[in-house]
Amino acid sequence: MRRTCVNMVYELAKRDERVVFIGSDLGAGLLDDMKAEMPDRFFMEGICEQNMIGMAAGMAQEGYIPYVNTIATFMTRRCFEQVAVDVCLQNLPVRLIANGGGLVYAPLGPTHTAVDDISLMRSLPGMTVVAPVDAEEMRRFMAQTVEHPHPMYIRLGKGGDPVVSADAPAFEIGRAIAHRDGADVLIVSTGVMTERALRTADLLAKKGIGCGVLHMHTVKPIDTAQLIDGAGKVALLVTLEEHNKVGGLGSAVCDALDEHAAGVRPDVLRLALPDAYPEDYGSQDSLLEHYGLQPPAVAASIAARLSR
Amino acid sequence: MMWGHSAMLRNNPAALIEAAQAEPLDARAKLLRRLVLRGIIGGGRGHVGPALSMIEIFRVLYDDILTVRPDEPEWPDRDRCILSKGHGCLALYAILADKGFFPLEELDTFCRTGSRLGGHPELGKVPGVEASTGALGHGLSIGLGMAIAMRMQKRTSRVFVVMGDGEINEGAVWEAAMTASKHRLSNLTAVIDCNGLQSYGATTEVLDLEPLADKWAAFGFDIIEVNGHDTTALRNAFAARSDAGKPRAVICRTIKGKGLPDAENNADWHHKSKLSEAELAMVAESLGAG
Repeated sequence: MRRTCVNMVYELAKRDERVVFIGSDLGAGLLDDMKAEMPDRFFMEGICEQNMIGMAAGMAQEGYIPYVNTIATFMTRRCFEQVAVDVCLQNLPVRLIANGGGLVYAPLGPTHTAVDDISLMRSLPGMTVVAPVDAEEMRRFMAQTVEHPHPMYIRLGKGGDPVVSADAPAFEIGRAIAHRDGADVLIVSTGVMTERALRTADLLAKKGIGCGVLHMHTVKPIDTAQLIDGAGKVALLVTLEEHNKVGGLGSAVCDALDEHAAGVRPDVLRLALPDAYPEDYGSQDSLLEHYGLQPPAVAASIAARLSR
Repeated sequence: MMWGHSAMLRNNPAALIEAAQAEPLDARAKLLRRLVLRGIIGGGRGHVGPALSMIEIFRVLYDDILTVRPDEPEWPDRDRCILSKGHGCLALYAILADKGFFPLEELDTFCRTGSRLGGHPELGKVPGVEASTGALGHGLSIGLGMAIAMRMQKRTSRVFVVMGDGEINEGAVWEAAMTASKHRLSNLTAVIDCNGLQSYGATTEVLDLEPLADKWAAFGFDIIEVNGHDTTALRNAFAARSDAGKPRAVICRTIKGKGLPDAENNADWHHKSKLSEAELAMVAESLGAG
């Protein structure tokens, strides 16, 4: 997903001369071909992320479409004011490509695990927040980013994530994808957790529980229409995310339900990371398991909630 | 050599500060200051000292240096001028109104409900304002992005970024300085309004910046250090691009509150709410009535 994303920047740059790439201090060799072919539109600016965001804003003011790439925690925590003031207040088409959304950098510890990025970014007026599920979806999504007239935050998975989106309908920013229907419960998920949601639905089916999956790749603006429609058909709505339970997808879903479906909302089970910095290392998968966010534990939580 | 005078004084800020203190105000200097005070009185508040130290900087830029079109503020080939120390915006509003970017009468609405003129300038609201600033330390990064863009678009436009000395406490400024130098942005000029006072007190006590010229030089800038109220020196400093493939830093030694004797070098005048009768009388005596 990560490689597809940056390679797509190169593809987009070939088609549109407004597209530029700005990285911080990324891996050696990244986009070497773009750098060779269009050196004036490839920037690697060093470990000065705040400056990188302001620079992107200045270029966007002059008609360019900068795709800025660094590690998610630095993009969001360190540069929050530049993102808020330079990019969002000025409503500029800067794209923030955030490496290592969620627990991807689990072995590197809490400085690198982006468990609050969605919360931070969705609090900014005008920001669009997107977390694709896999490389194929990333490809479809990136093709639509050039003409989007507003700031955008793009949350990347680890890379090599299982492809589950191949049969999904055409991608549209802000339009959720219903991967399957189910009579009893609907899981609303984002990013790579949608793959876990689909496996969870398989496990629940074996127990005779009908589980739908609504992939909310765009957390902001959230697809209220499909959310409300789906919520109205089930007794239990589950939000599943690789993010602190404060301010992420679960919060966004409940905000939308409170605002648009007051009085008719189903029971809501929010499955997310606790409001704490990750306390262990290991891997993305091992931490997800630790926090009960892998399919067997998710299925068990849902079954328990339904039988309550 | 064109910069002989400045170069001689480059490492003698004290002499420049002394000259800045002694610099007399001509009629235009007083007119622009009256416009600042018009905003302060209209809004019942405002950053007085930080605006008054920059009057000559903006006067020279907009009278003599910048190619801009007040009736077409977004003309693509214009020069760009970003006020990074956004709290000093009344100095910018005063010159923009004077130049006809918007009516002078709007200065009376400063900070009021429904006004375009907030306590910090906003892009898209105020004609002629090039960036939304107020959070310090952002302008130089935005400006260098613009300067890179101008070069990519093969425009001859120049970019000026006006910062405060307190402002450059911010680390992001020095990230931007390294980057501007890396890209050899000779179309970018950093203007530092060194009035020697930040909100709490003297910059030398809060966070000493000296030797400031050496710092900017070490970061790869072409340096000119001037008396920031000497319009001739400012004009010379701003007039030509750096020819060394470097961005330029013009370090302007200024007097905070310049032109109002009670406000000069007085941290109490960093920001003022309502002016007293005695203060209004002092303003009228210092700047004239119109």
